[in-house]
Amino acid sequence: MMRDVAIIGVGMIPFGRRDEDTLLDMLAYASLKALDDAGLGEKGVDAVYVANMGAGILQHQTSIASALVDRLSLLPAAADVVENGPASGASAIKNGLLAVASGYYDLVLVAGGEKMREVTGWKATDFVATMTHPEVEYPYGITLPGMAGMFTRLYMEKYGVTREMLVAVAIKNQQMGTLNPYAHVEMAITKEGIMDTPDAVVNNPTAADPLHLYDMCPVSDGAAAVVLCSLETAKKIATKTPVLIAGFGQATDTHTLQERDDPTNLKAVSLASQQAFEMAKLKPGDIDVAELHDAFTILEIAESEHVGFFKKGEGGKAVLEGKTKLNGQIPINMSGGLKARGHPVGATGVAQVVEITFQLRHELDKTRQVKNAKNGFTINFGGFGNNIVSFVLRRFES
Amino acid sequence: MAIDMELEEVLRAPEVPQAKYPPKVITLANSKKMVVREVQREDVPVLLKAVRPTINVERDYYDIVGVRLYAELLGWYRYRVRNEYCLIGQVDGYLVGIVNGRMLNEKIGISLHTLAIDRGLRVGSHLFASKMEHHIEYLGQEEVRIVAESPIGFRRWMIEYGLELLPDVQHELGGATAYRLTKQIYYDTKPRLVVGKRPVPKTLLDEAMQEIKIADEKTITEKIAGVKGR
Repeated sequence: MMRDVAIIGVGMIPFGRRDEDTLLDMLAYASLKALDDAGLGEKGVDAVYVANMGAGILQHQTSIASALVDRLSLLPAAADVVENGPASGASAIKNGLLAVASGYYDLVLVAGGEKMREVTGWKATDFVATMTHPEVEYPYGITLPGMAGMFTRLYMEKYGVTREMLVAVAIKNQQMGTLNPYAHVEMAITKEGIMDTPDAVVNNPTAADPLHLYDMCPVSDGAAAVVLCSLETAKKIATKTPVLIAGFGQATDTHTLQERDDPTNLKAVSLASQQAFEMAKLKPGDIDVAELHDAFTILEIAESEHVGFFKKGEGGKAVLEGKTKLNGQIPINMSGGLKARGHPVGATGVAQVVEITFQLRHELDKTRQVKNAKNGFTINFGGFGNNIVSFVLRRFES
Repeated sequence: MAIDMELEEVLRAPEVPQAKYPPKVITLANSKKMVVREVQREDVPVLLKAVRPTINVERDYYDIVGVRLYAELLGWYRYRVRNEYCLIGQVDGYLVGIVNGRMLNEKIGISLHTLAIDRGLRVGSHLFASKMEHHIEYLGQEEVRIVAESPIGFRRWMIEYGLELLPDVQHELGGATAYRLTKQIYYDTKPRLVVGKRPVPKTLLDEAMQEIKIADEKTITEKIAGVKGR
C-alpha cells in the first residue's frame, strides 16, 4: 500500500541572470528556503534529489547532489542527480514522491537548478539541442526552436491556430511575469508593439518561422526546491497548509519527431495527464489553476488541448477569449510560465510545483492568486514531447 | 577650465559640414514611443552622466564600450575628434540609448559605439540601424566601417546585417577584425532592420527636446546588470 505524500515546504530564488552565483549557490539558496518554509529546524532529511540537465556540459561539474548535501550539512542523507532534459525537475519530484510513498524515506528534499547564462545564447541553444537524436537530428543542425517552428506550422495548418493566438499567450504570460517577483522577464508587451506596428519587424523578428522572438522563453539561471514527506508526518510537523500530490503521470514518445504518425499529436502529454487525473480521481474540469510548459507559446495552446482543458482546436480561441487568464475558466501560467518566469531547464519542473503550492496555500498577491484554489496541475515537457511528467496537486484540508 | 582660444585654433580638429539626422519615432515592444534624434555638442555633459556608471559594469563588455564612448563624447565636446555625431533614443524624455560615429571622409563612415541603457526592448538594434541610416541616407556615404567589441554586437551587426569582412583595414578602434556595411547591404537589409516614422509628432518631439532625462546611477546599473538584466 503506497502512502499519500505531501509538500510541506517550498523555496525558489528569482530567476534571471545570476552572474554572481554558482549553480551550487543557487541550489543551496532555494533548498534553504524550502527547508525553512517546512519549519524543519535542525531536523535533517533522509534523501536529496537534485534535478539538473547540464552541469556536466555547462559548468564541467558532476555529482552535484553529493556536493549539495555537504553544502547544506545534510550528511549522511542519500543523494542523487536526476537528469531528464527539461523535465528533470518533475522527474526528480516523482522520484522523491515514490521514495516517500514506498515508505522507504520519510523526509525528502528535491531541488532543481540550472545555470545557463554563463555561456552565449548560441552555446545554450546547442546544449539544449543535445537531447535531440544524435544521428538523425542533431548532426543536421536541428534545435528546439527549429522543432517548435515546424510543430507550430503544422498545428496552424491542422487546427487553425493564428499569430494572434500565439501573441495573446506571450502578452498574457509576460503581463503575469510583471507581477511575479521570481520572474526573469518583468516587462509587459503589447500587440501593437510586437505585431501591429511596422516597427515590430525589428521588435519581434522571426526566430524559427512562424515563431518570433516573443514566442520563445528566455535562457535563465535559477533554482527551486520542495520538501516532501508522508501525509501522516505532514499532519504532525507541517507549519503551513500541506499540499497533497494527489496524482502523477509520466509517459514517453518517439525520440525523433519524424517517427510520429502525427507530429501534432502530443501523445505523451495526453497519457501523462490521464494517468495523473485517474490517480487523483479528478477530471480536467476540476482543476482550478495550471502551470503548463510554455517554452514556446504554441506549447501552452497545444498542451491545454492535450491535457483536456479544451477540445483540439479550441485552445487558441480560449486564450483570445480570456479563458486562461486569472478568473477565467482555467487560469494557466499565473507565474508567467516559462515565457516570463524563465526556463533554467533543470529548475523548471520544480518551479511549476512551487508555484502551484503557493496557489493552493492561497499565499499569492490577489493579482495572481486564483481565488479558493483547491486543485492544481502541472506539465513538465521533456525533449520535444518525448518525456512528459505531470502532477495533480491538492490543497490538504483536514 | 580656462581655454586659450589662440591655441585652440591649432588644437581643434577641422570639421566638414555634416547633414543633420532628421528625428524619427519608433514604437517599442511595450508600445512606448522612442524618439531617435541627433544631439548637439552642448548636450554632451548630460550624456556623460549616463555613460559614467556603465564604465564599472563588466557584464557584456559594458565597461569597455562605456569607457570608450565616454572618451569619444568628451573628445567631441572638447573639439578633439573630427566630424563626430551622436544620436540618442528617448522614451518619455528619458535617455534609453546612445550611438555615435564619425565621417572618416566624404565616402567612408566610421561606426564608433552603441550603448543601450534600457535592455530587452531592442533599443540597441534600433539605434544601430539609425546610425547606419544616417551614414548612408543622410551623410550620403558609400560605406560604414564597423567592429564589434562584444558577442552581442557581433551577433547584431556582423550576422544580422551580413556585413562584409575587411581583412586588410584596421578600424580606428583598434586591431579587432573590421567589417563594412555597403550601400547595397544597407538597402538589402533596410526592410527588416531599419524602421521608424517621420515626422515625430510635435508633443513627443517637444518632450524629448525639452530635457534629456537621466535615470539615477543605481537604476542605470540595475537595468544593465541586475538579475533581470538580459
